[in-house]
Amino acid sequence: MTAADEPLIVMRGVTKTYAGIRALDGVGFAIREGEAVSLAGENGSGKSTLIKILAGAEEPDEASITVAGESFARLTPRQSAGAGIMVIFQDFSLFPNLSVAENIGFSAELHAGHRLVDRGRVRALAARTLERVGVDIPLDARVETLSVAHKQLVAICRALASDARLIIMDEPTTALTEREVRVLLGIIRRLKADGVAVLFVSHKLAEVLEVCEHVVVLRNGRKVAEGPAGEFDAASLARHMTGRDVAEALPSPLADGAPRLLEVRGLSKAGAFADIGFELHAGEVLGIAGLLGSGRTPLAKALFGLVAPDAGRVTLDGREVPLGDPLAAAAAGIGYVPEDRLTEGLFLTQSILRNVGIGRLEAHAQGPLLDVAGLWREAEEWLRRLAVKAPDPAAPVRSLSGGNQQRVVLARWLARGPRMLLLNGPTVGVDVGSKAEIHGIIRDLAGRGLGVVVISDDLPELLATCHRILVMKEGRITDDLPGTATSEADLAHRLAS
Amino acid sequence: MKRLLAAPEGRLAVITLVIFAGMSFLAPDRFLSVQNVTSMAFQFPEFAILALAMTITMLTGGIDLSVVGIANLSAIVAALILTRFATGTTGTDAVLWLALALAAAGGIGLVAGLFNGVAVAVFGLPAILATLGSGLIFTGIAIALTGGSAVMGFPAAAAWLGNATLAGVPVPLLLFALLAGGLAFVLARTGFGLKVQMYGTNPLAAHFAGVDVTRLLIRVYAVSGVLAAIAGLVVMSRANSAKADYGSSYLLLAVLIAVLGGVNPYGGYGRVVGVVLAVLSMQFLSSGLNMLGVSNFARELIWGALLLVVMVVNAGSWPRLRARPRVRAEPGLQPSPGTET
Repeated sequence: MTAADEPLIVMRGVTKTYAGIRALDGVGFAIREGEAVSLAGENGSGKSTLIKILAGAEEPDEASITVAGESFARLTPRQSAGAGIMVIFQDFSLFPNLSVAENIGFSAELHAGHRLVDRGRVRALAARTLERVGVDIPLDARVETLSVAHKQLVAICRALASDARLIIMDEPTTALTEREVRVLLGIIRRLKADGVAVLFVSHKLAEVLEVCEHVVVLRNGRKVAEGPAGEFDAASLARHMTGRDVAEALPSPLADGAPRLLEVRGLSKAGAFADIGFELHAGEVLGIAGLLGSGRTPLAKALFGLVAPDAGRVTLDGREVPLGDPLAAAAAGIGYVPEDRLTEGLFLTQSILRNVGIGRLEAHAQGPLLDVAGLWREAEEWLRRLAVKAPDPAAPVRSLSGGNQQRVVLARWLARGPRMLLLNGPTVGVDVGSKAEIHGIIRDLAGRGLGVVVISDDLPELLATCHRILVMKEGRITDDLPGTATSEADLAHRLAS
Repeated sequence: MKRLLAAPEGRLAVITLVIFAGMSFLAPDRFLSVQNVTSMAFQFPEFAILALAMTITMLTGGIDLSVVGIANLSAIVAALILTRFATGTTGTDAVLWLALALAAAGGIGLVAGLFNGVAVAVFGLPAILATLGSGLIFTGIAIALTGGSAVMGFPAAAAWLGNATLAGVPVPLLLFALLAGGLAFVLARTGFGLKVQMYGTNPLAAHFAGVDVTRLLIRVYAVSGVLAAIAGLVVMSRANSAKADYGSSYLLLAVLIAVLGGVNPYGGYGRVVGVVLAVLSMQFLSSGLNMLGVSNFARELIWGALLLVVMVVNAGSWPRLRARPRVRAEPGLQPSPGTET
């Protein structure tokens, strides 16, 4: 055991270079037993690299890491796990086809070196751990049947069962509802009281301040601020993370008598959404607020033809849009920016230009041939208009930051000259600075007469961009609120109640 | 040098030169003889064309294991037309029948390819299983048509495709050059070619970007089928006969060449220049080993081993196949932030 005043983990001068780029430059801080430390920073600031170094998955160029009094120049995965450092990644790395008890108990059982698995012992350990956290999840439920929040709790319990002394949580609140976040924060407090340290990696600022004693801010691989959580507020954190002041404008008011663009009537799909009806006017930004599982994503997909609804009709400019056919929806002038940019939106290893140009191949066809030069010219023009920071447009799109990647997907659709855009989670995984800029793009597009639907559970985002907000719950639209006259607390209440 | 070796095509150019130099050193008088060079130029186009068919399907992340079946079935249909109707004809008649036979073979290749395309794109079968099964069907039809024996006795004009030279260059070589150049052009300069590569990189994103993926895949397998039929005609012309079990070793060879040529078997990346280099290196290796008295059976063993070694070497540059396990798995259901460095 370490002395009470000696930190559990001390990092000094952690430096890591990838292909000449400094991902981390002499970063150091300490974590004490029972303390929650927040590691804040935009994408690309070096947070992930630091986590990987602590987990032993990346080798630092230079570092001194002291764990419970023992010094290392680098940690191997085995040393890291042996010292009780457990990382809970965003995907939780659980075994979906195994039961809750098996997921919690197996790795501890394996590490204990038993050659034969004793199911009774595994169950007992799992039950004990769940009790320690104070949650009640059936031990025999298959993990794939659990909600996201429960999966996360299983992952936390698995770390605890393996005698975790430091639990690192990577963006733990991204997929949680307001209420589930409260439960999680309660559990983190409980762990702290138990002497377990928590390193909390998030760029949702309010949560960061509530649960942590200590805040460390990274920017471009350097530590730019550190101190007790009480010394920071949302604005000062954002300023440290971005290096500038980030202010959000409000949506400009919608012109009276704007023509009706989209009309949705009685759209239903069994098990996903029911009797959805709304209108969208030219130049209007319409928000759809809903939690994960509220039917918001199936609805967005249905509007773009990726899901075939059972009933209902959709008209754009008074013309009926064939349902269940993305090609027809795109031809009618609907653009869809998907929720998960990496798997649904981008061709990661292909060039930035190709990622934009893929939507415009038909327009640049000359007989069977393609006017390649014209296609690239147009794509470059759109990259310029959306201010995509790309040194080389022929580089793979994976080399861009999250915010710039999202602009590439936007550019692809805007190049087609759509009548309306469906943006599903337009700033998920985008850092604070780029987020405000993407909101600016949305307001600008609406100002040019485009209809925009923003689907999100990021309430400040909806309030900053939308003229009108629909609240979606259990597959139905339950509220229709004016965006400018609604408060975040009111919206959160309507979502959760 | 380092940059040259970074691309699979660069590594391959070096391998090709090393094999060529090695064989020239080990058997200088025979490997470098005019006779051997000519013989090689007649030998490789048939399996090289099959490798082109493999390339375009692999670019979509699929594969076409039915190419040899399609080649033989197409050749047998052409051969049956030639033996039934064209024997004894001369002049214009013979040329007309020949043209008809070639067109029929191409049509069979197209239909067979469409069959594969529908199985993969419409019914959603894994390409490796769909084409394994359809290949057996095509071979089965070929056996039913011929009773398993060779079809022989073509008019003299039929030998032109596989045996003649134009300005000293073998006709099969010219044909391969034309098809390889054509495929390279299609991939670089047509919307179809670009969509093939984009689809191979991320089928889901292609669907979400409004690409008609069903039509795209059907066309890809149709192109593969027609290329296979052309390869079958070259084999028929060179062998002056057609048989249901010709070229059975070509399937592995075509896969090997495509992978050796740097085509990512998970889709999305591949260049025709790499495939051409792979064809050359395989032919040099094959001829050289033949001259050194290595048995045919050992050759297949060497090919199989080479296939695995190349995959291991190239695995570093394939995004979906890493030599080391990654801490963070591929992005799953959870939305995850952009690439962080």
